[in-house]
Amino acid sequence: MSGPVRMISEAQQSYSFSRRAVLLGGIQATAGLVLAGRMTWLAVYENDKYKLLAESNRVNLTLIPPRRGWLVDRNGAPIANNRTDFRVDIIPDRLEKESKGQVLAQLRDLLKLTAEDLARIEEDLKGAAGFQPVQVAENLDWERFAAVSVRLPELPGVAPTRGFARNYPAGAAVGHLVGYVGAATAEQFKASKDPLLVTPGFKLGKDGLEKMLEGPLRGKAGAKRVEVTARGKLVRELATRPDEPGQTIRLTIDAGLQEFAARRLGNESGSCTVFDVTNGNILAMVSMPAYDPNALSDGISRSEWKMLSQDDHLPLMNKTLQGLYPPGSTFKPATALAILGAGVDPSRVIYCNGGYQLGNRRFGCLGRHGPMTMHTAIARSCNTYFYTLGREIGIEPIAAAARKLGFGAEFELPLPSQRYGTIPDTAWKMRRYKQDWTQADTLNAAIGQGYVLVSPFQLALSAARVASGRELLPSLLAGKRKPASRLAFPEEHLAIVRSGMDEVVNGHGTAGASKLQLDGIRMGGKTGTAQVRRIMDRNRGQGGDWKYRDHGLFVCFAPVDNPRYAASVVIEHGMGGARAAAPVAKDVLTFLFDKQKALDTLAVLENGWGGDIRARMATRDAAFRAAQGLPAAKPTPGASPLPQPTPSATATPMPAATPTATPTPAASPSPQGPDE
Amino acid sequence: MNRLNTGPGFVPAPLAQLPWLVILLVCAIGGFGVLVLLSAAGGDLKWAQPQGARFLVFLGMALVLSRVRENIWSTLAFPLYGIFLVMLIGVELLGAVAGGSQRWLDLGFIRLQPSEMMKVAIILACAKFYDMLPAGEIRKFGAIWPALAMIAVPAALVMLQPDLGTALMITAGGITVMFLAGVPLRLFIGSGLALAVSVPILVNYVLHEYQRNRVLTFLDPESDPLGTGYHISQSKIAIGSGGIFGKGFLNGTQSHLDYLPEGHTDFALATMMEEWGLMGGLFVIIAYGLLIRWGIVVGVRSNSKFGKLVAAGIATTIFFYVFINMAMVMGLAPVVGIPLPLISFGGSAQMTILICIGILMSLDRQNRLNRATTRW
Repeated sequence: MSGPVRMISEAQQSYSFSRRAVLLGGIQATAGLVLAGRMTWLAVYENDKYKLLAESNRVNLTLIPPRRGWLVDRNGAPIANNRTDFRVDIIPDRLEKESKGQVLAQLRDLLKLTAEDLARIEEDLKGAAGFQPVQVAENLDWERFAAVSVRLPELPGVAPTRGFARNYPAGAAVGHLVGYVGAATAEQFKASKDPLLVTPGFKLGKDGLEKMLEGPLRGKAGAKRVEVTARGKLVRELATRPDEPGQTIRLTIDAGLQEFAARRLGNESGSCTVFDVTNGNILAMVSMPAYDPNALSDGISRSEWKMLSQDDHLPLMNKTLQGLYPPGSTFKPATALAILGAGVDPSRVIYCNGGYQLGNRRFGCLGRHGPMTMHTAIARSCNTYFYTLGREIGIEPIAAAARKLGFGAEFELPLPSQRYGTIPDTAWKMRRYKQDWTQADTLNAAIGQGYVLVSPFQLALSAARVASGRELLPSLLAGKRKPASRLAFPEEHLAIVRSGMDEVVNGHGTAGASKLQLDGIRMGGKTGTAQVRRIMDRNRGQGGDWKYRDHGLFVCFAPVDNPRYAASVVIEHGMGGARAAAPVAKDVLTFLFDKQKALDTLAVLENGWGGDIRARMATRDAAFRAAQGLPAAKPTPGASPLPQPTPSATATPMPAATPTATPTPAASPSPQGPDE
Repeated sequence: MNRLNTGPGFVPAPLAQLPWLVILLVCAIGGFGVLVLLSAAGGDLKWAQPQGARFLVFLGMALVLSRVRENIWSTLAFPLYGIFLVMLIGVELLGAVAGGSQRWLDLGFIRLQPSEMMKVAIILACAKFYDMLPAGEIRKFGAIWPALAMIAVPAALVMLQPDLGTALMITAGGITVMFLAGVPLRLFIGSGLALAVSVPILVNYVLHEYQRNRVLTFLDPESDPLGTGYHISQSKIAIGSGGIFGKGFLNGTQSHLDYLPEGHTDFALATMMEEWGLMGGLFVIIAYGLLIRWGIVVGVRSNSKFGKLVAAGIATTIFFYVFINMAMVMGLAPVVGIPLPLISFGGSAQMTILICIGILMSLDRQNRLNRATTRW
């Protein structure tokens, strides 16, 4: 059956098999060695690397937002503090697509979310990526928070957290000063890559002191190490490093005074700045109306924002630093110092016949004052006197004196924006308008009109400098500072101006009605009326449309004999300093010497206005929502301050006369003066 | 290796004739596998219990197979190949009817994966073919194309399922038998080179999207750490973090916290090595090394061409299982979905491997019988 040749080849085949089997075995052994080598490489040489990776898989580091440092007033009373906040977020990565609808429906029922809230959440979820949480609701009460917490197993992707939220006890009264906080923007996160920025509940300063003092206020985040499964399910907590709260920062502000001043400004669009004359500390810095920083920090709705931005009283603008006005007669102390500095005898008499003739143009005075000395000219605010002598000495000394009082300058303050205004001179006009300075310009500048623009803050500072005779520098943060040097004005010149200002209030002056009703304490001041339209207009800014009325200004200090405080009050379109601004200043200064008396006065006024700030803002909000056809106030605030301490005031909210703020879509006029 | 003298004694002869060392080795691997599955389920018996029970059943089956004579295997080689080929086509048709890819046939008592059985059948069939072929023909074209056809048809069918891993194993098993039978070496070298050239083309035009992704991801797993590269990355983390002695039984975090996907099936090695470390890995390599070596030795000792080719071919099939799985788990090969036999959870591979071992034991027994006959 098998031939000899075949036999050999079968043997050969068998031999070939053996060789190839050995070869195969060798290859397999080599492969085994490769596998063993690879194992050793991974498990021994790269062990550290993979151990770390396994740990970072297993352990999830959750940041705990640091409690923000408090802002306290000069006496330690809180201006901005933190309150417990129960919030619920959704982690988009952990929200499964199939269960999304059911989760949202359940949240809606549990948290009583409105359709508005749900629309926002849906929109946020669309743009959200990864682990960046999307806020469902914050400021929840315990019941609703607990209702979500116990149903967590049915709510994948939902993360309830107990954290802290910013709280401003004084509300709108400190709005422009402290600013507000809010979640970081996508740009901020991209720039810093700090995971804290996208941690739920973390907010950073968006405006005002909160923004400028972000560094010290922020603190250091704590961290919670938890073991989690690949699906993000928590297995157990491993360790927790507590957060380090931010620094508490003490301000020079007097919280009581700040709130009083804010309330005293009532429904006016205005500002009030109060200085401690002894050291330049800012005691109050109020711009009204203002936004409620609590509401802005919680995030406000589009309609609320619309209401704020359409209001012609400009609640979004800090008028103390950003509002620029022609100072009007409140500038006369500066002109007076320039006149005295030029060697003019203060007892020199200028006769006022109701105006001043420059060529064929007549510059009006507000009355026929007759013979005027510097003392009476300041007291009665005689324009003719300052036209005459201002023209005599020229613009340069006037501008120089104004700058010495702090006009036209910016100061180092932890606030985001300041406008320094204009103190015009020949060089300025050439630079700005390529025109020569004229005598008419000098006349206008001498009475604080024309090109002169100052901020209410500068006005208060100028009063403080005149009162103290020192080159005070403003400060907002408490702490020792070196005493200010003397102003480059002779003391007797300053005394002449101060006595003129004393006369304004306590003698035959323009603000006699605003005399302090306190024993032994007198206030010196200077009224001012800044024209919004030219003085030739028919009603001279004393009536008609609100937005064409004159601004009322007042600067003051007290006590006259040994000045302690200085202040400025500016009431936009208040029609006159004596009429609108001086009474406010009087009450604010009264508050510093006799709190109760001032509060009693205020209580009567607030009754007439329809409650305190909070009550009036609520009324206005309701009116706006009604006008916009929106549902009445938010029934279940997904984002509204709930556990807020009730304001100390006795006034109860009542739906009294709604203030002027049915907003007009027309652009609001800028608070700047005439543009001559 | 496992020759026990069949002398008189208390132990009944059939029992004493069993290759006890091999059974011990297989039990060691299988038992270890059950422990790994116990840990993969976090101490739960949900995988360990059925796996252990099945192991015992299939081991019994292997022992039954070990009593089968070599000439029966030889006779059955083509019919078995035919049956499984028909079943493969059946699966394909069923899948087309059901409108989805299906890999198994439900026979009522067991879900049979014909592709799995084909891994063994292809070895038997190829070995039978070369056994029938006169040695002088081996260098002729007629020795090559029938074998290639026998390999290509089932491989293509499995590829259609689509199951790249199994298709590769069927091809590799068949080619191994061709190689051992003595098909000229230059053909292997030549086709190896051709393959190297055609792989990129294959990857781009023939493979399914997910298969292509797996291959591409294999080349650069970190490029897509959350997508297809996730498996390999997490598996390497599990193995690497285990260190030399591992984190200890039931202490693995990668597997227990679900970071390691498929930790009880294809990636069971990673689950095991996280807890048992390099030592556990080397144990598995050495145990399988001994088993495969025994298989090849059985082949070398065999008197018949069929026996030689089947034994060495089956040993190599076991090698392919182990090597491809381990290489894949450690990031040396693309994720192709081949389990680690006797350790990964799943009955099909378990059955295939124990059938392989049963056939090897039967050939081993044949060797001993032959030797005894010659001696007498």
